[in-house]
Amino acid sequence: MARAIVNLPASARRGEIIEIKALVAHDMETGFRRTEVGALIPRNIVTRFVCSYNGAEVFRADFHPAIAANPYLAFTTRATESGTIACTWTGDNGYSHTESAAITVA
Amino acid sequence: MKVNSRRSQRAGACAGKPSRREFLLAAGGVAAGIALPPIALAQSRSGPGRFSPPTQASAAATLQAIQKIVGAAPINKGKVTVDLPALIDNGNGVPLTVSVDSPMTEADHVKAIHVLSEKNPLPNVVSFHLGPRAGRARAATRIRLADSQTVLAICEMSDGSFWSGSVDVVVTIAACLEEL
Repeated sequence: MARAIVNLPASARRGEIIEIKALVAHDMETGFRRTEVGALIPRNIVTRFVCSYNGAEVFRADFHPAIAANPYLAFTTRATESGTIACTWTGDNGYSHTESAAITVA
Repeated sequence: MKVNSRRSQRAGACAGKPSRREFLLAAGGVAAGIALPPIALAQSRSGPGRFSPPTQASAAATLQAIQKIVGAAPINKGKVTVDLPALIDNGNGVPLTVSVDSPMTEADHVKAIHVLSEKNPLPNVVSFHLGPRAGRARAATRIRLADSQTVLAICEMSDGSFWSGSVDVVVTIAACLEEL
């Protein structure tokens, strides 16, 4: 079971710039490492992160094997309306995980 | 003996996640002259060959990656700040912050920030796609660095221009040598 954290202020003023921090538990296997017997460990990474604010995409990131294990992201967005901020990670081997957080905009 | 054990540590640490026991067994194996799998030996002999090929992205591959981002457009220097520690103890999780000097309005904003590495096995590190709703042109993550090198960030503006910033870092323990 994937574990993920999306951290953002519970409430904000309209138009305020808020910081969103997102973290997901994932090994981010690079595909360059080998086992003790020399077999290549296949790549298994999160390739894409999308953050949507009430359904509209506000931030997206493309990951490559050079992203550290348990990918962490911090970025900003403008608080426009109350609602849900949903973060979705997708990756190799059909990996997909969504974590949401609510925000109240006064 | 000393040299051997250090070599096998390098090979062992890179090959999966060896426990202390496995590592000691491997070290003993080398000392006793027991043949290790040829690939492990090849890796340990080649020094920086900690990865299977490609060990490093070639300069051509890096240029190609840059070209794929900017096309034929010129890259201006400036506006982009890459924030990385100058001395990195452990290349496995290096905090990276990229910020761009931009008002982030509908008319003038950053569309994307691409981070590239010079000496990782692959040139691309991460691409951030943002828009005027971001408010600030700034994003942070944690990256892996395989060697002391220059880390480059190229940002794409809404007017189609490209700006770049870079930083030189010294890495003492490369990514992949040790697991976090």
